[in-house]
Amino acid sequence: MSAVTSPSERPVTGSTLSEHTAAQMLIGRHRLRLWEPLPWLLAIAFYFAFPSYLGFGTDLLIWILFALSLDLALGYAGILTLGHAAFFGAGAYTVGLLAYHGIWSEPLTSLVLAALVAAAIGLASGLVLLRTTGLTLLMLTLCTMALLEEGANMAHEWTGGFDGLPSLTIPPIFGLFEFNPLYPETQYIYTLVILFLGFLLVRALIYSPFGESLTGIRENMLRMHAVGAPVRWRLVVCYTISAAIAGVAGGLWAQTNAYVNLTTLSLDRAATVFIILILGGYGRLYGAFVGAVAYLVLAHFLARLYPTAWQLGLGLLLVVIALFARNGILGIADTLWRRFKTRRQPS
Amino acid sequence: MTTNILLETRALSRNFGALVAAREIDFRLEAGARHALIGPNGAGKTTFINLLTGVLRPSEGQILLRGEDITEIAQADRVKRGIARTFQINRLFRGLTVLENVYIAVSERLGAAATMLAPAGKRLDVIEESMHLLETLNLQDDAHLRISELPYGRQRLVEIAIALGLKPEVLLLDEPAAGVPSAESHIILNAIDELPKHIGVLIIDHDMDLVFRFAQRITVLVQGAVFADGTPKEIGANADVRAVYLGQAEHG
Repeated sequence: MSAVTSPSERPVTGSTLSEHTAAQMLIGRHRLRLWEPLPWLLAIAFYFAFPSYLGFGTDLLIWILFALSLDLALGYAGILTLGHAAFFGAGAYTVGLLAYHGIWSEPLTSLVLAALVAAAIGLASGLVLLRTTGLTLLMLTLCTMALLEEGANMAHEWTGGFDGLPSLTIPPIFGLFEFNPLYPETQYIYTLVILFLGFLLVRALIYSPFGESLTGIRENMLRMHAVGAPVRWRLVVCYTISAAIAGVAGGLWAQTNAYVNLTTLSLDRAATVFIILILGGYGRLYGAFVGAVAYLVLAHFLARLYPTAWQLGLGLLLVVIALFARNGILGIADTLWRRFKTRRQPS
Repeated sequence: MTTNILLETRALSRNFGALVAAREIDFRLEAGARHALIGPNGAGKTTFINLLTGVLRPSEGQILLRGEDITEIAQADRVKRGIARTFQINRLFRGLTVLENVYIAVSERLGAAATMLAPAGKRLDVIEESMHLLETLNLQDDAHLRISELPYGRQRLVEIAIALGLKPEVLLLDEPAAGVPSAESHIILNAIDELPKHIGVLIIDHDMDLVFRFAQRITVLVQGAVFADGTPKEIGANADVRAVYLGQAEHG
């Protein structure tokens, strides 16, 4: 075996960390890469380039935030959930109920409340659900969401049931920037800022030792137990944070649309965010961005071309991704980039 | 030999329904010991390891670490008290680099793993200790590779590296050379020879060459019970052991 060298050939010395690529990779992993401002520059450019599409843009940014929350739980910690809309809806209904019944409607504090309510539901359900794994977990997350949806449906005296809560009045942000339903400039910028803050949080989490241990749980839960990690507690914490971020996304949805209905809690929404993340590439931080853009742009144009059968196109795309690109669009990009680099090396 | 007992079990038993996987096992591991546990397939060796590490709870009996009863203590807390293990089949973080695999263990031990907002790369102490450990196992040049890119023999070495990252006092090695091609097995044997002297090591294996080379003491387990216990010489000369076990080893 040529790979094996005896210890005598390579004396063990107290060499410094800078000599090791592995150490350098880990030390520099969290540093800002050159292209990382790009998505944000594009988002700002979008504001100026497509003023008539800002409603669409706001929707897109909310999907990204929602997908980002799912990426933390599913992509990094490996928590298999198909019920993430439970937290999106919890956040949306928190904002909606408070505003509709005239209790509280200031946008930023409402979002904080949305986060807290969603986090509380995440914590309570997580403590029970995260004892299980795999398909059992998947089914239980679905059940949680179904229970909330049915609860919102049945409590129609407060929630408006199937009709939801229409025409919410959301006061201006800081008393200055008004939400205008026809020209959603405020909504767009506001959502972009919240997304950025949410992104910073997720980015910090995944590059931290805590994030590393979440990845460890995803890669091998048994081993994490054997190194003495409090596995279930870590998962519950991750799930709660993820729920809070999803709750903020839901709260934004309620504020920017000025209404709430049962679709915020629906399986349709949970499945869509799942597809977005798979499409973009899970466990990759930017998968949520790429996936949401690809999904929404495609849905937009397919719906124009084939108003009756546009979902067929998305279905086909998903089949192709599942068959040929398990790691999503970013996975394909990664493979191409590696091939390009290895081809250049020998010359 | 001075009696400096690190790990002890007293009448440790475990049933799975009618099946007795561990039967009143009295066992002692001394500090710095090189102890081997052998026995035919289904003798209850892995059950015994699972009982020691807290994966399984015993039906009866006690487990003591340095005289302290740890029978009811959870797996994670036993790790904190110094019991580490490797697995018969690799249980590694396959998508992560070799360094990250060890980093996870070391950061868990140092209490860094709960840090949520500061980057993992800022914990230079954890990285440095992990790299140093990899150097002692001669894995430093593979540190940047993902586990899936590593030959199997070196993957087995990472198993040991993760366990050593926990700075154990008791190290349980479950068939450390299992599945390693014979051309590579010497790197595992070397690593076992080089283990820190103060650690009490219990090795579970079928490979008689490895066991007799390594062990100062051997316990033979048959049908969940201690069948024989003694020095390699005594075990090798024991006619009963030869009959039930060593004779069969030729087939394995």
